[in-house]
Amino acid sequence: MEQERDEIIAINGLTKRFGAITAVDDISFSVPEGELFGFLGPNGAGKTTTIRMLTGILTPDAGEVSIGGIDMQKHPIAAKMQMGIIPETSNVYIELTAKQNVVLAGRFYGMHRKAVEERSDLLLQQFELSDRKDDRVEGFSKGMKQRVLIASALVHIPKVLFLDEPTSGLDVHSQRLIRAIIREMNDAGTTVFLTTHNIEEANTLCDRVGIINRGALTAIDTPERLKQAFKETQSVEVAFDTPTDIGEIERSGLVNRTEQAGDKWRFYTDDPDALAKCVFAFAERRKLSFTAFSIEGASLEDVFVTVTEGKAHAP
Amino acid sequence: MPRNTLLIYLRSIALIAEKDMRIYYTKPPVLMFGFLFPLFMFLAFSLGRSADLHTLFPGLAAMFVFFVASSVGPLITPWEKRAGTYERLLSFPVTVNTLILGDVVAGMLYGIIINVIILAAGMAAFGYSVSFTEVLIIAISLVLGAFCFSALGVLLASPASTNPSNVMLLSNLVRFPLIFISGIFVPIASLQGVARVAVYCSPITYLVNSFDLGLLGSAAIPLLLGWAVLIGSSVVFVLLARTFLRRNLMKGL
Repeated sequence: MEQERDEIIAINGLTKRFGAITAVDDISFSVPEGELFGFLGPNGAGKTTTIRMLTGILTPDAGEVSIGGIDMQKHPIAAKMQMGIIPETSNVYIELTAKQNVVLAGRFYGMHRKAVEERSDLLLQQFELSDRKDDRVEGFSKGMKQRVLIASALVHIPKVLFLDEPTSGLDVHSQRLIRAIIREMNDAGTTVFLTTHNIEEANTLCDRVGIINRGALTAIDTPERLKQAFKETQSVEVAFDTPTDIGEIERSGLVNRTEQAGDKWRFYTDDPDALAKCVFAFAERRKLSFTAFSIEGASLEDVFVTVTEGKAHAP
Repeated sequence: MPRNTLLIYLRSIALIAEKDMRIYYTKPPVLMFGFLFPLFMFLAFSLGRSADLHTLFPGLAAMFVFFVASSVGPLITPWEKRAGTYERLLSFPVTVNTLILGDVVAGMLYGIIINVIILAAGMAAFGYSVSFTEVLIIAISLVLGAFCFSALGVLLASPASTNPSNVMLLSNLVRFPLIFISGIFVPIASLQGVARVAVYCSPITYLVNSFDLGLLGSAAIPLLLGWAVLIGSSVVFVLLARTFLRRNLMKGL
C-alpha cells in the first residue's frame, strides 16, 4: 500500500491574466514530498507562468501557493529559502568563474563561506567541471553553463527543486549527466518539479505528470495510469509485401482511426488483441505476407497529443 | 520585522552589491560615462583657462560624485535582462526592495571610492586647509550625495528595456541637463531669478553647496537643509524606482 506523504507544494485556484488573456486558469494540485513531478504542455500553454508563480517570481491574480506549508504570498523569502530554481530563461554570470557562481548562489541562501566552498567543489566535481572551476564561464559551452546553473541551484541542498526545461538544447552527454543528477537528488529526498517538452524524459524520470493546455490543467497522474486511461491511442502497425485495400480491416468495427506512413498502416484501437486476430485473418484470406507487424501500447506522447489537441480529457 | 528576516534582507543587499561591484564596475559604459566623461569635463574646464580652480573644484568634485555614482545603476537591470541572469536573481531569496537597495549600495560605493581619491588629490593640489569638522562635513556629504545619485541611476534603469544602450542614452538625457543647473560652473549665490529657482531643483546643487562649505568655508544654503534635501531626494528616487521596477519586473524576460 502506498504510504501517504506530506504535500510540499500545494496550489489552490492559481490564476494569472495578462490583459484579456488568461495564461493560467484556476489550477489546483499538490505535489507530495519526495516526488519527481513532471509538468508538460505545448508552447504557450502556461507552464512557465505557473512555475514563475510557484517560485515567487510572478504574483498570481488569484489563488494560493504554499511551499513546505509556507504561504508564498505572505512569506516569499522563507518560502524561497526552501527552493532551488532553474528558470527557463536563465544564465549564469559569465563574468564570474564557475565556482564563484556556485558560491554566490549558496551565500544567497545563508550558507557559511567554508561550507559553501566545500559544497561547490563537490558539486563541480560531480558535474565534471572540477578542472574548469576557476575559469570564467564566458568561454563555456551551453551544456557546461547549464551544469554550473544546476550546481548553483543545488548548492544549499534545497527541499524542492524547480527545473524549467533543464535539458533543452543540450548535447546528449550533458542531458544524461543532468538527468542522472536530478534522479540522484530525488533519491536523496529532494522533491523535483520539472517542466519539459521532452515527453520521453518525463516518461522515464517522473513519478507523476501534469499536462497543462491553454492555461488549464487537463490531466494529472502517473505516466502508466495516463497511458491506460487513453486506450484509444493503442494501435496495431502492419505492412504487407504487396499493396492492398485495407478497407475490410477499417470496416471491422475495431478500428478508431487509421494512419498511413510509407508502406505501413497504423490502426488505432481500443482492443489490440481482437484487431491483431482480425488482421491475421485478413492476411490469410488474401495470401498476404507481413513485412512488419507490431502492437503498440499508448505512449505518453500519444496521451500528450490527445490531451493538448483537445480530443479528450483525462478521466 | 523578525531579526532573522532582517538579517536575510541585509545579507541579500550586501550580496547584490558585491555581485554588482565584481561585474559592473569595469564595464565599458560605466567607465566611459562614470569616470572618463567627467574627467574630460573637468580637464576641459581646467586646462588652458584662467578659471579659478580653487573655487571651482568643490563643484567639479560634486559633478564627479554625480557621474560616478549614477553610472552603475542604469546599466545593471537591462544588462541582466539581456544576459538572462535577471530571472535567476529574482528566484533567489530577494525582494524588489533588496534588489534596488543592493544596486544603490553598489553605485554609492563606486562613487565614494573614486571620489575619496579625487577629493584627496584635489585638496592636496589646490591647497585647501580643512579642519576635522570640515572633513566630517565633506565625508557625510559624499555618502549622502553618492547614495542619492546612485538611487537616481537605479531609478533611470527601472523602466528597463533589455537594451543597455537605450537606458544609458535615457540616463544621459537626464544627467547632462542637471549638471548645468547645479551651481557647478556658476556660484549659486550669484544666480538670480529663474536660474536660481532651477538650481534649487537639482539635487547636485546641495552637494556642491556642502562641498563649498567643507572646502571653501562658506555656502549659500544651510548645510542641514542641503543634507535633508539629499536624503529626501534619495527616498523619492528609491520609492519611484520601486514602483517602476515592480511594474516592469517581467518586461523583457
